[in-house]
Amino acid sequence: MDMLEKLKILSDSAKYDVACTSSGVDRGNPGDGIGSAVSCGICHSFAADGRCISLLKVLMTNYCVYDCQYCVNRRTNDVPRAAFTPRELADLTISFYRRNYIEGLFISSGVIRNPDYTCEQMIAAVKILREEYRFYGYIHAKAIPGADEALITRLGMLVDRMSVNIEMPSQQSLRLLAPDKSKESILKPMGLIKNRIQENSTDLVRYRHTPKFAPAGQSTQMIIGATPDSDYQILNLTEGLYQKYRLKRVFFSAYMPVVQNPLLPSPDSKPPLLREHRLYQADWLLRFYGFKAAELLDESHQSFNPLVDPKCNWALNHLEQFPVEVNRCSYSMLLRVPGIGVNSAKRIVTARKAGALDFSGLKRLGVVLKRAQYFITCKGKLADGLKITQDGMLRNLISQQGLSLVRQELPQTYEQLSLFSSGKITAEEVRQCLPASI
Amino acid sequence: MPARVNLAYQYDGSFEGFLSCVFESFEKQEIPSAIFAEEPEQLSLCPVRFIETDQSRALRVLASIPKKISPHAQETVQVCFLSNHPQKELLLLGFLRQGYRFGAAVENRLADPTVNAVMKAVKFVYNESHLIKEFLRFSDFGGVLVSIIHPKNFVLPFIQPHFCGRYPNESFFIYDATHKTALAYRPHEWKYLAVDSFTMPEKGEEEAFYRRLWKQYYDTIAVEGRYNPRCRMGHMPKRYWADMTEFQDDGELAPSPDFLKTVSAAPKIEGSTVKQP
Repeated sequence: MDMLEKLKILSDSAKYDVACTSSGVDRGNPGDGIGSAVSCGICHSFAADGRCISLLKVLMTNYCVYDCQYCVNRRTNDVPRAAFTPRELADLTISFYRRNYIEGLFISSGVIRNPDYTCEQMIAAVKILREEYRFYGYIHAKAIPGADEALITRLGMLVDRMSVNIEMPSQQSLRLLAPDKSKESILKPMGLIKNRIQENSTDLVRYRHTPKFAPAGQSTQMIIGATPDSDYQILNLTEGLYQKYRLKRVFFSAYMPVVQNPLLPSPDSKPPLLREHRLYQADWLLRFYGFKAAELLDESHQSFNPLVDPKCNWALNHLEQFPVEVNRCSYSMLLRVPGIGVNSAKRIVTARKAGALDFSGLKRLGVVLKRAQYFITCKGKLADGLKITQDGMLRNLISQQGLSLVRQELPQTYEQLSLFSSGKITAEEVRQCLPASI
Repeated sequence: MPARVNLAYQYDGSFEGFLSCVFESFEKQEIPSAIFAEEPEQLSLCPVRFIETDQSRALRVLASIPKKISPHAQETVQVCFLSNHPQKELLLLGFLRQGYRFGAAVENRLADPTVNAVMKAVKFVYNESHLIKEFLRFSDFGGVLVSIIHPKNFVLPFIQPHFCGRYPNESFFIYDATHKTALAYRPHEWKYLAVDSFTMPEKGEEEAFYRRLWKQYYDTIAVEGRYNPRCRMGHMPKRYWADMTEFQDDGELAPSPDFLKTVSAAPKIEGSTVKQP
């Protein structure tokens, strides 16, 4: 089989993995090899689906002994199979890297023969890169559940980031769709990686030149919409993973119906992209905006509002805390105002040292006044000519991005939404989005 | 604050020339209505005064910035000067005037229209430098990596440490076609060259093969069910596409399967007119 065909098969089977980030580690090149890593990460291209291409994302092999129902590479699926030799993969990575196509390698694999053998193959490829080519670029490796602890540790010493895919948001879903995997087999390597990173960081304090274990941390991904798990469960799980396993990122992947199976959504159903979008928004709120999962969803509100983003939804349900005075309120409160993000909040904090801000100044700082105007005052005053009406507010608070996804996924609501242009909204929608206090 | 006068300054386009304009503005107690670099036959409605570049005056202005404003403000001025903002000189004059008045705090005045515009120009330079680090593509010609870019801002000084640090043992040549300047590197030394025109040489078989591999990878990695061209364009503006391997049409340059054995020496760089500045 020639290289062209091999790469096609092995990148095609790897494309459903979401993570393609190259961030989290700063490493220069001492001059004896090739490559470097920068902590902000570098996306080298964007695919037609709008996702970043930062790393050469391939499988070592798509042969697999497992039979996970949601996966294209499952044993019982009739697809062409291929495998890289470690040498081929290392050479290809360097040839791409030299041309500035990629930032490094994301290596994952189907399980060939057994988990240990698979892991050894991956280590061999990474070893050629690191030791022969003296490659200082980014490498992300998937830990193979069930592989020996010693092998995972060795892999972790060679790569920048490790990940174990949690796949399904609950144990029941996992049992149903991935009968060969168990919650324990996934959480065990995750815990192992966490402990190694922790041990390593204390070693680093003691001995400065100790080799680093996965310096860019650990990430995971789960599939959304293949099982009946609710947003509430998923968000809580996410928060737990950040806290207990010190993960750097949790990725969500809207389920792409690839197979006909009575346990799964039918192949002609659409992927739940809006739900994935809302989960990412909430994930950002957890990581950068100081929100807790319990503030966004609770037992009685199990899923996100399809029309407004989670932050807006929170603000609308906590109108007693608004409006806030931008010239005086704390940074953490600024972050909670819809229309103000991390960058504009920082700019506000800087700019108000030099003098009181007004609405035109805020606009210059990049605040989205269309949304923020309902929640802020400048020098004690609301925005000029601001009318607080239910439909006006709703029209301004619904983001166009969310709206287009709503239209794509819920064609039956299209009729109702098109009424916005005439300024009328059904009472039902208002009840969904706005608290009774307006 | 001195009065704005109906007069335009013209200078030679150098940073020292601009600093000489700043000196002039303070010496004559006036604010010109425009400052522009030497450009052929520019139509102007007001009288033009040509400001000679004076090294000692320029140095005096330059030395005053870290002393009276802040070292960071000096960086801001230098970076903004490399931006493509059409009125960067006038903006910077306004920024410096405010700087001498408010000191280091001038950089906090983000809501002020002038300071805001300067900061936006600086941000654009840094952002575009990052985009070029992302989207620049090398082609291998006999062991030398060659690339052509069309940035709006003068980004070479910002990408030079990145690429020299990343490929210390390679030789490469990056041609900025907008500013007709090239960055040439061979192990452990680099320099800028003024290059009037440059065209890519013919591709060898090995290069053609890797281009095909990359294009195929690019097409394969997208998930069809999530096709989202607007999202892609948002992250990767179309004006960079022309210089990127994945969007270039190479025709049918099919390499033979055992090309690696047959490829010995790819052609050397030809057809460039390189001259020292």
